[in-house]
Amino acid sequence: MDSVKRKKLVDHWITYGVVILGWIIVQALGATGHMTNQINGLLVPICMYVILAVSLNLTVGISGELSLGHAGFMCVGAFSGSFFTKLMAESIPSLSVRFAIALVIGALVAAFFGVLIGIPVLRLRGDYLAIVTLAFGEIIKNVMNVIYVGVDNGAIRIAMEKKSNLNLSENGRVIIEGAMGITKTPKASTFTIGVVLVLLTLFIVLNLIHSRTGRAIMAIRDNRIAAESVGVNITKYKLLAFSISASLAGMAGVLYSHNLASLAAEKFNYNMSILILVYVVLGGIGNIRGSIISAVILTLLPELLRGLNNYRMLIYAIVLIIMMILNSAPSAIAARGRLLERFQRKNTKEAA
Amino acid sequence: MSMLEVNRLSIAFCGLKAVDDFNIKIGKGRLYGLIGPNGAGKTTVFNLLTGVYQPDKGTILLDGANITGKRTIDICQAGIARTFQNIRLFKDLSVLDNVKVGLHNHYKYSTIAGVFRLPGYFKAEKEMDRRAMELLKVFDMEAFFNYKASNLPYGQQRKLEIARALATGPKLLLLDEPAAGMNPNETAELMETIRFVRDTFDMTILLIEHDMKLVSGICEELTVLNFGQVLCQGETSAVLHDPEVVKAYLGE
Repeated sequence: MDSVKRKKLVDHWITYGVVILGWIIVQALGATGHMTNQINGLLVPICMYVILAVSLNLTVGISGELSLGHAGFMCVGAFSGSFFTKLMAESIPSLSVRFAIALVIGALVAAFFGVLIGIPVLRLRGDYLAIVTLAFGEIIKNVMNVIYVGVDNGAIRIAMEKKSNLNLSENGRVIIEGAMGITKTPKASTFTIGVVLVLLTLFIVLNLIHSRTGRAIMAIRDNRIAAESVGVNITKYKLLAFSISASLAGMAGVLYSHNLASLAAEKFNYNMSILILVYVVLGGIGNIRGSIISAVILTLLPELLRGLNNYRMLIYAIVLIIMMILNSAPSAIAARGRLLERFQRKNTKEAA
Repeated sequence: MSMLEVNRLSIAFCGLKAVDDFNIKIGKGRLYGLIGPNGAGKTTVFNLLTGVYQPDKGTILLDGANITGKRTIDICQAGIARTFQNIRLFKDLSVLDNVKVGLHNHYKYSTIAGVFRLPGYFKAEKEMDRRAMELLKVFDMEAFFNYKASNLPYGQQRKLEIARALATGPKLLLLDEPAAGMNPNETAELMETIRFVRDTFDMTILLIEHDMKLVSGICEELTVLNFGQVLCQGETSAVLHDPEVVKAYLGE
């Protein structure tokens, strides 16, 4: 029994190790001048997509609910985080402190929306969550497209449609500007912060899965009626998994918004939600390490293939299909099992 | 006092009286059988007892406490655990974790303690592991603790379901066709297990079963249901020789 526990712990550390190794490699490449600007620009987005994929895997793989609006949670996180950073520019001069608080605020606001959606929807059986989150993503995007928020004399003013509707006094300033979104958010995100947040996400998700709460969540996924019959509160645990997943997406949104000069709601569309779902499905539903790997590969790939111009998306699509086959086809899984077995046998022989 | 006392329990689905005026009284530590032809309403009785359905009328007393109309999870806490006719395990969890989910409400720690690995986590998990292994040992399954539940052979899955139900610490155990799909050897072994569970845990057991060898072998008392109504009730041998029962089962 102890050996099984140790194996699980080692498995966690391999996952953390992969991320730390990635960080070391990037630092080494940077120090020796091997990083192109193009790749440098991708580092923070990669961290962001990894966080999004891992957090969505908590909903889809661990809790067994389909969410099609993960970009929506990212959107509310991004806007609330950026809003805070800009609002407090004078009261809290230190950018890193503001950014740290912004990350927490983004996570909390996203969690709030997660609970708001989860309370009615997660009580139902069936695929209602997919439909409602899909709608939520679109609603949030469209609301953020027309909302104007400004501040004057210490008061926050909110208006719709036109900037002039805000009726700001002369010393006021506009923070959220409709379709233009939030511009000139100070750039606080770095690759190192991104990696730390990835590790934090992994720490939360992996520990959650291997705890009483995680067991309850997976028990509900596997058999709702049986879980109820042994005294597990279905709604509570579904809601918990969903809101944690949403809050991590919100945090990723803050990371994203502090990496760009301008933040527009248009970015957080349906395609983004589907993209994250693709990472989860290709990495293996319920497989956390798989989510990390597929998010990294599929974010890097289109950029690396940019030189191939017209064939870029064609190759991207072929890689998607190959990954899908390698990951899910029964014969591929069997082949993988055989390889692993052979490898292990060799190891034990050497050990003996 | 009796462990379970059900009075005039009734439920109708769209006018069809699935269970009609059902009464039962089970003494503490008894092994009680609920039998009847297909569609007689046996599983519906279980679903009523565990709060899956709310009865139209009637009362359910567990060890003197009224549990009529309570939610499933409250009834579990009150002390009724069950297994299912079609096995319902947490198929992607390990055998050990299946039992540990059964212990869910006995060893508690917060989600925060679980995520940040606070001392409460280690203490509770250690206790849970110990208790779960103890239960698996009762069923001779400790060697399988790390197997995925869905990879177990059929007979072991049935046993695991019983172990999980026992983990909730029930006063009354409901077994829904425990021998369904088992070969004669497995059934004989199961009979031993059920008797053993009753004796070791001082458990009251109500079981639904079609296998007459099992019923006549271990049940001390029987209730026969037919078309949702109690046809006959009493000591096993007397009930099995009742002409009404023979007629319901074998036809005229």
